[in-house]
Amino acid sequence: MTSSDPSVQLDHTPGHIKHDGHNLTGFVIFLCSESIIFLAFFAGFSLFKLTSPEWLPAGVDGLEVRMPLINTIVLVSSSFVAYFAERYLHKGNLWGFRIVWFITMLMGAYFVYGQYVEWSNLKFGLDSGVFGGTFYLLTGFHGLHVITGIGLMGLMLFHSFRPGNYEKGDMGVTSVSLFWHFVDVIWIILFFLIYVWQRY
Amino acid sequence: MTSTNFDPRILKAPHPVPGAPDNWKRFFSINTDAKVIGIQYIATSLLFLLVGGLLAMIVRGELITPEADLVDPTVYNGLYTMHGTVMLFLFLFPVLNGLNNLLIPTMIGAPDMAFPKLNAAAFWLVPVFAVLLMASFFVPGGPAQAGWWSYPPVSIQNPLGHFFNGQMLWLLAVALSGISSIFGAINFVTTIIRMRAPGMGFFKMPLYCWTAWGAQTIQLIGLPALTGGAIMLLFDLSFGTSFFKPEGGGDPVLYQHFFWFYSHPAVYVMVLPVFGIFSEVFTCYSRKPLFGYKFVALASFGIVFLSLIVWVHHMFYTGTPNWMRILFMFTTMTIAVPTGVKVFAWVATLWRGKLRLTTPMLFCLGGLVNFIFAGITGVMLGTVPIDIHVGNTYFVVAHFHYVIFNAIVLGVFAAVYHWFPKFTGHMYYEGLGKLHFALTFIGCTLNWLPLHWAGLLGMPRRVASYDPEFAIWNVIASVGAFLLGVAAIPFILNMVSSWARGPKAPPNPWGAIGLEWLLPSPPPAENFEDDVPTVLNNPYGYGLDQPQVADEAFYVRRAQEA
Ligand code: HEM
Ligand SMILES: [Cu+2]
Repeated sequence: MTSSDPSVQLDHTPGHIKHDGHNLTGFVIFLCSESIIFLAFFAGFSLFKLTSPEWLPAGVDGLEVRMPLINTIVLVSSSFVAYFAERYLHKGNLWGFRIVWFITMLMGAYFVYGQYVEWSNLKFGLDSGVFGGTFYLLTGFHGLHVITGIGLMGLMLFHSFRPGNYEKGDMGVTSVSLFWHFVDVIWIILFFLIYVWQRY
Repeated sequence: MTSTNFDPRILKAPHPVPGAPDNWKRFFSINTDAKVIGIQYIATSLLFLLVGGLLAMIVRGELITPEADLVDPTVYNGLYTMHGTVMLFLFLFPVLNGLNNLLIPTMIGAPDMAFPKLNAAAFWLVPVFAVLLMASFFVPGGPAQAGWWSYPPVSIQNPLGHFFNGQMLWLLAVALSGISSIFGAINFVTTIIRMRAPGMGFFKMPLYCWTAWGAQTIQLIGLPALTGGAIMLLFDLSFGTSFFKPEGGGDPVLYQHFFWFYSHPAVYVMVLPVFGIFSEVFTCYSRKPLFGYKFVALASFGIVFLSLIVWVHHMFYTGTPNWMRILFMFTTMTIAVPTGVKVFAWVATLWRGKLRLTTPMLFCLGGLVNFIFAGITGVMLGTVPIDIHVGNTYFVVAHFHYVIFNAIVLGVFAAVYHWFPKFTGHMYYEGLGKLHFALTFIGCTLNWLPLHWAGLLGMPRRVASYDPEFAIWNVIASVGAFLLGVAAIPFILNMVSSWARGPKAPPNPWGAIGLEWLLPSPPPAENFEDDVPTVLNNPYGYGLDQPQVADEAFYVRRAQEA
């Protein structure tokens, strides 16, 4: 664009410059910041677990681990699947990317479904002391992130059908898969805190 | 290069968008240009300075007599809570984000922010949570009354039992403000890291950018903790959880940790950019290079780090174990080191300089004096035995207003005047500016200096009535507060009339160094566009034979001819 051309000046839309590299930087900064909310919740959970005089609500003697364990395995493997999808994209195999990416989304959806089943079978609620509160807060907030992740992957899938979508870079696929790994790592910590720690 | 030489690049020079400088309507539209957003932020926040100031006037009106006679004590609780909240979340944070929007891209030679749309979203959240907060005056039970820190159990009472109560709206507003600030912080940090002009290594960057970067880093680390705490408080208030209720196994002190883990560093979010402003203004109006540039730059991040490990000094008297008190007293003292480095550097910069006492310089000098005073009372408060004695008294209120108003707000005014010609294209009236400074400085000193005594004598804060022995201090303080109200008049007059009819500003009215002064006033939409200067030196080479950028004469001439 030459600045002396008045017609260009007229339909100048400020901020039209687009840089994929900035997006990734911004996104990484966002993830670092977001992880601190989880850290705050983890710290709160640990403090309550260690100091609360009455931890488990009456009539509840711990959480069932089998179902969350299956969920964990699905979510952790989905991170690897997402990685392969990204690899396909970088090799230029668009359909490979779309199919494997979609499988990642399905695995995420399975996780949400598993979470839903678990929640609906629990005998305590949000208002059952700090145990109930922290349990639903942590799993719920994480679940929201999973749902957001699936949504973002859907958006990326949708964009992949736009002609010439990847001319200027991968248009966010790296960011979204980074987000997915993040959600995955958070879940692993959460699983150890909530489900594994109760045995000790 | 002399001005008779023809330079073909002049033809390519950026011109303002046709009609744009006179087109005021863009300030009322959703726009993605950082310079428009910056002015939107500043105008909005100055409006809320008036709102917060009005609330403060009512509070000070109440306190002019020892009896609770002007307003009902419950109303009084709502008034100071809303005053503190409005001042912090609707005035100070937005005004600093406005300055960031104007200054960061122009100072580093970037065309705009890294994410212009995110930038607009961050701004437009401000009116949204402003409306939420203001709406709380009209819900049953009135606005939040638990103070700006909203400690439980006071904050989770909800005596009337309405779902939409003042406290709930307060929490929503604070959460939205947090989201807006995070959006802003991601943008500012990315812009500083990725979009600097060629040659501008970190150690050639203007100090305002260093300090803004440090401040925004704190936002990124601290705000999520506050947001986490606010979400839990909202659940306790509205959805029956018991995170902070001892009867359900919860712990009210945990909230204080979340709150202060952010809100202590938040003070540095506000003061760091003002340190940056001091560095820009002192060098420019004393015509001397900044003393110890590198140390001042690095001290910003020293402050960032230390500010994150001192928060328990706000909890010395809330059931904190002794070992923790001692530990945090120690960390609190260490923060005086990087801050001292900066103060020393400014004083050394001013030393034997040819001082030009313009309005921004006066505001900065006043701010620096007040800041040094506030630093002394701050170190006192960081000492456990003193804090236990004066905690929750007017000594604390006087101390933090000395930081927040007498230093930070004065610095903000300095910035508004110093960069006013650059971004509006008009000069302000120096006489009105000096009048504004004189009224402000006298007003703020009268307002808060005497209250230190009232506090040391034991006058508690957050009460509408007090022992008659404190009356004299409060009368002086109220007079000072009303004087500050009067000071708003020359300021508003100056801003409005200068922008409308002030003399046209040249590109560099102060003879200042810095990329922003190589742009026309006001700068074109994308600043330097394709012709970004190559930076050779830091922007503090006053009196040295050292150009800041390569081919400086060309840029100077281009700005003049635009
Ligand atoms: C315009 C001049 C101002 C006056 C006359 C004023 C006056 C007051 C008064 C009388 C209180 C009540 C103190 C108490 O009882 O604890 C107060 C509290 C407070 N002010 Fe100001 N203030 C002014 C400006 C500011 C500014 C600019 C800020 C911040 C940007 C600010 C932040 C606060 C905060 C955070 C509180 C604490 C509220 C609470 O106790 O929850 N004030 N102010
Ligand atoms: Cu503090």
